[in-house]
Amino acid sequence: MVTVRSHTLVVLVEDKPGVMNRIVSLFRQRGFNIDSIAVGHSETPGLSRITLVAQGDDRKIEQLVKQLYKILEVIKITDVTDDNPIQRELALIKVTATERNRSDIIRLVTDVYQARIVDATPDSLVIEVTGSPEKVDSLITMVRSYGIKEIARSGVIAMARGARVVAPAAQPVVA
Amino acid sequence: MAIETRERPRVSEEPQREPQLGAHLVLQALVREGVEVIFGYPGGAILPVYDALPYYPIHHVLVRHEQSAAFAADGYARATGKVGVCMATSGPGATNLVTGIANAMMDSIPIVAITGQVPQSVIGMDAFQETDITGITLPITKYNLVIRSVDEIGPAIQKAFYLARTGRPGPVLVDIPKDVQLTKGFLAPRQELNLPGYRPTIVPHRRQIRRAAELIRRAERPLILAGHGIIISGATEELVRFAERTQIPVGLTLLGIGGFPASHPLCLGMVGMHGHAHANRAIHEADLIIGIGMRFDDRVTGRPSEFAPNARIIHIDIDPAEIGKVLKTEVPVVGDAREALRLLLEEIEPLEHEDWLSQIRSWYRPIRTEPSGPDGVLQPQYVIARLHALTEGKAIVTTDVGQHQMWTAQLYRCDIPKQWISSGGLGAMGFGVPSAMGAAIGRPEAEVWAVVGDGGVQMTLNEFATIVDEQLNVKVAIINNGYLGMVRQWQQLFHNRNYSETPISSPDYVLLGQAYRMPARRVTRPGEVDEAIQWARSFRGPALIEFVVNQEENVYPMIPSGGSFRDMIDDTQIEGEW
Ligand SMILES: Cc1ncc(C[n+]2csc(CCOP(=O)(O)OP(=O)(O)O)c2C)c(N)n1
Repeated sequence: MVTVRSHTLVVLVEDKPGVMNRIVSLFRQRGFNIDSIAVGHSETPGLSRITLVAQGDDRKIEQLVKQLYKILEVIKITDVTDDNPIQRELALIKVTATERNRSDIIRLVTDVYQARIVDATPDSLVIEVTGSPEKVDSLITMVRSYGIKEIARSGVIAMARGARVVAPAAQPVVA
Repeated sequence: MAIETRERPRVSEEPQREPQLGAHLVLQALVREGVEVIFGYPGGAILPVYDALPYYPIHHVLVRHEQSAAFAADGYARATGKVGVCMATSGPGATNLVTGIANAMMDSIPIVAITGQVPQSVIGMDAFQETDITGITLPITKYNLVIRSVDEIGPAIQKAFYLARTGRPGPVLVDIPKDVQLTKGFLAPRQELNLPGYRPTIVPHRRQIRRAAELIRRAERPLILAGHGIIISGATEELVRFAERTQIPVGLTLLGIGGFPASHPLCLGMVGMHGHAHANRAIHEADLIIGIGMRFDDRVTGRPSEFAPNARIIHIDIDPAEIGKVLKTEVPVVGDAREALRLLLEEIEPLEHEDWLSQIRSWYRPIRTEPSGPDGVLQPQYVIARLHALTEGKAIVTTDVGQHQMWTAQLYRCDIPKQWISSGGLGAMGFGVPSAMGAAIGRPEAEVWAVVGDGGVQMTLNEFATIVDEQLNVKVAIINNGYLGMVRQWQQLFHNRNYSETPISSPDYVLLGQAYRMPARRVTRPGEVDEAIQWARSFRGPALIEFVVNQEENVYPMIPSGGSFRDMIDDTQIEGEW
């Protein structure tokens, strides 16, 4: 049976122009939809770490990983889906707030979700939340009834638990 | 021109005293990589390189369309095993290379394409003749890059050649903005490349080799499928030894032709859609398939679920992404074909498969090669069979795409690698003539035959001019059936004979030959075939023969697209039906 599920890939790449384009283009060419992609510098100068979330059956994703390895600047790819990784996302949510419901919203956001209010005007609040994508989804659902004006989500970043790291092989091969 | 007064630039490894224009550094870097020939076409954005070209020991072949430059570089690479180089200006020059680059990508051919680009100051402004060629070729190159400063020229070109020819070979495009060509600098010495993300596995894992050997030992009806990887890695000798020691028959993919001698008793010829019936039947009955340097293309497998239904699979390939892509693979072996065969030879003791081999022999039926059809019309298969006989199978043969390609694959029985040159993965019409050009430049001693259809030849026959200019030993054999034959065959078999837009007219090829100053003849009867071929062979240099053949002849056997061996159609079956 082919089961399509959400895969989280951690990809270590050389920090060079065009690399993101090559990676994203490969997903496009093979008809994968990327649910989330987040990129930033890694612990090693010159290397960036990308967290990619995409839907696919295990075999297709495995094939995709092999194809990704063919991109010259890709150093290491790990599918962390089955490792129960730590997954975090940051979101900014601007909601409509009135004199009457403002304190309800603040209580909900800060007490239940441990999120923060980072901006306020007479008729709006900006909520900042970090957490698993599920937590972010849940908060959004809860404040929807107040009226959402704008949402910005960062995309998921992931990291394996414990001592395991996604790092380049010790010995870079010199051609 | 003031050529004589200028000093010849140096291409040595000694440090240069004076800075030189980037355009010169480009050519120096190419010479340093061993480039002797460039197939190209000039234009504004690459003009500084052309300005410097006369000072370097590089033979530039002026093609008549950039597509042919890429195809010629491809033919050159296949015939010589070296990296082929093509060059074009920005914009339309660069986009004209695209089909040839895609072809090289699909067939794993090492070529380097050099393109001029508009100056960096106007990149992204839709400047005159600007196209984002690195963006366009992203999915059809193994790698591509833009050189952004004069200092990068040496390393970039070194990297391009290294990537093109190592691992799984492929095309690399180097885009050079005009301002970089016009800036002075020094050529950085050749140095070790640091490519942490690129480390092709050459020597396969021992454990996988042992597992493969174990399956081979236990198999009763094993079969080797040999592909282009055998030729790329130069593994023919090892493959012959391995097949002989294990007494395993060898089927060839279209691009594997020449990788194992056709005259070897263990050779089954081509497999796949138009493969020999006994070879495809052997796949169907096999209990073990050993795929070496091949990628289970759909033209080989047909419907994957019914391909080799009784067989376990060992797949040897340098590209891990090919393994398990199409079929469930029992033993994956990642590595160079030659290294893998060497290791396998160490593991495996002599085996016998007499029953299996005689069973396959009993299935053998030759491809039909009668001289004439029902009304005495010339049969195309006969032409190829005679070409094979008269050249003693020793010519380099390039083909275009279509029926003639398949007849040549079936009947021009190649015994050595780099003798068979054909567009496999992309199936690009227009390939035959320019690739023959490339082969003839790379192997001037060889007799080169371009076997082409009347459709395909009209896509690149402008290159007759190039062939004549260069006085190449290229003999063009046009198999003229008045149709886009292969498409007509599909229309006949699967679209109720609706010959929509497949009849195609031709110029008078004999007059055309004369117009291009190319000796030319027309053959319409079987009795004239030998004489014409011998005529073309009797002198060095270009020649053209138009063979006017049976218009509605088909290629058999045939496994319909997406079908299985059970769906095979062959001519004996068809005769009664139509
Ligand atoms: C560039 C390109 N366009 C279209 C096709 C589709 N195609 C495949 S075979 C064929 C017919 C080739 O006809 P011809 O060159 O006369 O050769 P024949 O099959 O008659 O030997 C066509 C149109 C192709 N392979 N390549």
